[in-house]
Amino acid sequence: MNEGFGGRSTRAHHHFFSGSYGQTFKFDIVLITLTLLLLGFGLIVLYSALGQSWSGILNQGIRLCLGLGCLMLASQLRVSTYFRWAPTVYAGTILLLFAVELFGVASKGSQRWLDLPGLPSFQPSEFLKISLPLIVGWYITTRNFKLKSLDYLALILIVGLPTGLVFLQPDYGTALILLIGVAAMLFLCGVRLRWFAGGLVLVAISAPIIWNFVFREYHRKRIITLFNPERDPLGAGWNIIQSKTAVGSGGLTGKGLFEGTQSHLDFLPEGHTDFIIAVIGEELGFVWCATLLCCYLLIFSRLMYLATTATNGFGYVVGTGITVIFFGYVFVNVAMVLGLLPVVGLPLPLVSYGGSSAITTMAAFGVALAVCTHKQDLEK
Amino acid sequence: MSTKRAYDPVPLVLSKTIVYRASSAAVVASVLILLLVARLFQLQVVEHERYATQATENRLTTQTIPPPRGLIFDRKGNYLASNRIVPSLAVIKENVDDIDNLLTNIRALVDFSNAEESSLRTRLENAEDDEKVIIKRDLTDEQLAIEAVNRHRFGNILVITEILREYPYKELASHVVGSVRQITVEDLQHLDPVRYRGSKFVGRRGVEHYYEDLLHGEIGIRQVEVNAVGRVMSEILVDPATRGQSITLHLDIELQRVADEALGDRRGAVVAIDPKTGGILALVSKPSYDPNVFVTGLEGREYDRLSARADAPLFNRATQGKYPPGSTIKPLLGMAGLAVNVIDWELEFDDPRGEFQLPGSEYVYRDWNWRKSGVGGQGQVDLFRAIYRSSNIYFFHLGAVLDIDTFSTFLGQWGYGHNTSLDILDADPGILPNDTWKKENTGDSWYPGDNMNFVIGQGFTLVTPLQLATISTIFANRGKWVRPRLLLSSEQPVELGEDFPPVQGVVESDWERMIEALTAVVHRGNKGYLQNGLAWAHIGRNIPYQMAGKSGTAQVVAIPQGEEYDEESLPEEQRKHALFFGFAPVHDPVIAVATVIENGGGGSENAAPIVREVIDSYLADFVATNDE
Repeated sequence: MNEGFGGRSTRAHHHFFSGSYGQTFKFDIVLITLTLLLLGFGLIVLYSALGQSWSGILNQGIRLCLGLGCLMLASQLRVSTYFRWAPTVYAGTILLLFAVELFGVASKGSQRWLDLPGLPSFQPSEFLKISLPLIVGWYITTRNFKLKSLDYLALILIVGLPTGLVFLQPDYGTALILLIGVAAMLFLCGVRLRWFAGGLVLVAISAPIIWNFVFREYHRKRIITLFNPERDPLGAGWNIIQSKTAVGSGGLTGKGLFEGTQSHLDFLPEGHTDFIIAVIGEELGFVWCATLLCCYLLIFSRLMYLATTATNGFGYVVGTGITVIFFGYVFVNVAMVLGLLPVVGLPLPLVSYGGSSAITTMAAFGVALAVCTHKQDLEK
Repeated sequence: MSTKRAYDPVPLVLSKTIVYRASSAAVVASVLILLLVARLFQLQVVEHERYATQATENRLTTQTIPPPRGLIFDRKGNYLASNRIVPSLAVIKENVDDIDNLLTNIRALVDFSNAEESSLRTRLENAEDDEKVIIKRDLTDEQLAIEAVNRHRFGNILVITEILREYPYKELASHVVGSVRQITVEDLQHLDPVRYRGSKFVGRRGVEHYYEDLLHGEIGIRQVEVNAVGRVMSEILVDPATRGQSITLHLDIELQRVADEALGDRRGAVVAIDPKTGGILALVSKPSYDPNVFVTGLEGREYDRLSARADAPLFNRATQGKYPPGSTIKPLLGMAGLAVNVIDWELEFDDPRGEFQLPGSEYVYRDWNWRKSGVGGQGQVDLFRAIYRSSNIYFFHLGAVLDIDTFSTFLGQWGYGHNTSLDILDADPGILPNDTWKKENTGDSWYPGDNMNFVIGQGFTLVTPLQLATISTIFANRGKWVRPRLLLSSEQPVELGEDFPPVQGVVESDWERMIEALTAVVHRGNKGYLQNGLAWAHIGRNIPYQMAGKSGTAQVVAIPQGEEYDEESLPEEQRKHALFFGFAPVHDPVIAVATVIENGGGGSENAAPIVREVIDSYLADFVATNDE
């Protein structure tokens, strides 16, 4: 590889924040505007989905403000800071994932939450959308963008450990998005296509082995059910039938805000969380759904653009990684609600009710802004 | 490579490969978004109609509103049948995926027998998908509390309110009022499916059955919005139910209670009729049953259990019990003889020994023991004496000269052999035999000996207590007919039917003389001798008003020639039935009563006091009411 990257450069000074940030406060007006539009839209829809509860909106508003704070803060840190801290952040996330495995809180059949004293409960797997791009970027950078066979093995281990832990929670959706995200990062930084072919062969060989010898019976059952919702007509099958009915009955312009019968008569499960797009589809119709998806596409495009303007390889890799994973969440969530993918239980970033996803997504945006737009490390 | 792994910036150079790959990522993302938009277009524009319909079907349900059933009152406005609202456990059939799991949940909430379980299974099988199937009716407060605490665990079990029929007087009026019962699959074949959609009960017996059309009311329709678990969120459209008409019966529940208590634990019946209107004031049949069990019970076994009892509490003895009339038939036969002019009030028969033989026959027909010594007859007996002393010999003589068809035709006018009631559908016509009847039913001709049994009210003739009370009414009215009826009034008038013409062939003086004789039964007797078996000895010695009546003692088994009837030695079910009918006051009767006590012994001794108690009570109340 290494087709896109130059050799080493001079070392940077290590300041925690970019120097003289009074003048160079990092801020991307396009991304922030799009994000705020999305958050505002999300709050309006949530107000309806929560049954016009102001207290719910207040809670979510506080979380979103916290998320925006994280975005602002994270975007001011130096690239070198992220680089230095990448392994620590990664190790921390792994620890938390083990903690989930050991002391996590189970809900709806999977164990994803950690309830530490003094903190609101949260999903450590959400941190992977930041720590995984960071560690992959860090590793590739330390290898000076020249990856050898052993490096791929190392990457598989680095990525496989947290992804495997997430998979076992089980959170198949997140695990899949992370794997595809990492693959996309490698693709975007120019890894030769034959490595991907090799990867596919590896998956093809290992899949039956994992299926038969690593998975327990209940894992296999769950995965089979995932692809056959009709086997579970009152569970996943019910969800899909009702969400399609909600979306379809909305028509072109929807039934009007607060008027969704599927949502407000409890036919639609998880209307304010994972299935929020179905509420939007029912109450606001095709027009606003399409607009929302375009907004996501614009955010994706803006983040990709920012990544390509990064002055350093680390920033590019981390930035694209965060972008692809963000997009993965959006796509898998909407496709799931529309019955194109199995119901895996993922939130719609920035719109679904809940703290972990919104805060980590915005923090990830902050990290992407930081690593893609800070020039000082190179300039100095 | 740096062992410190400190940041060592590698500048990003946008090589052709990087630009190419970044561009393809953007294309892939755009295509994926486009795919989602296309899917949205498919669902929201192309297939919109289908999903819109689906969403409407999800939320809208048409429910039927069963009409509240009309109330039933007695003549003084007491509730004989009312409605009450009770909490019940129910489940919507389509919400039951696992019946065993459901049963486990039910058992955690309430006691649930195996019979209830099998009934629930059957009813679930036959129910419509969206039908609420009742699990348990009339929950106690404790059961409700348990349900409320566990509601989250048993999402598909609902607590609903039902309107249930209630019979406040329980056993007391059940043979009159009857009851409603669960509509069964068989019922649905002859009930109007529209009118009864949503109704759970139909009148089964008594007034509830006869006046079903009035009481039921008209069904209402309600379109409601329901949520995912079937809970009603709002009403969209309501076409209210029309409640059933309330009806008032002639029945006087207090008089009913007096009659019931007078009868006590004995098997039998008492019927009291207002001779001016034909209104049935009391109709008691014992033993009785509590009709409320048919309402709350869900097992369907209550009926079987009651029918299996040897003393047949479901059997309405007052309207369906058939008994030989015994001596109560005598005044009618006398009237028959007068009507066809074979006797008059002057004609006397000699009765030296209390024995009678048909010409050319060895068989001796005996009278009952008139004297303490048990020997000797009643001397010269005319019709008047034959009635108040209940002479068999007189009527044997009459039976020797009048043929059965003449008797039978005459008795037919009194309601013998017919159900003359206006609104008691299942009242038994009894048996009024004649020559043809005997040939048809036994294949044999009518013999002179049959006439001998006939004239003392034994043999083939059978009469119900209601018929006996009707006969008492006819005497009270001097031959004028008022047919017995239960209905006093309803919200909209009901045409019950025409009365019959008066009894033919009997002149007014005959009526007055016969009523004198019947009055003598109660007031004269054979004064001075208390054990003579006449009603006077038991009810007539302290009676403050004029009452007329006639007793009867009906043999259940034939006593062989030459043997004595010994009550003590006979098993209970072979002992004589006690009968009595009477009315009062004699000159302007306001009440006519009849009673039959199964295997109750002598009519004067056992039946007459019941009639007197009923009349006493009614007259006291009547005087009190009219004095106000």
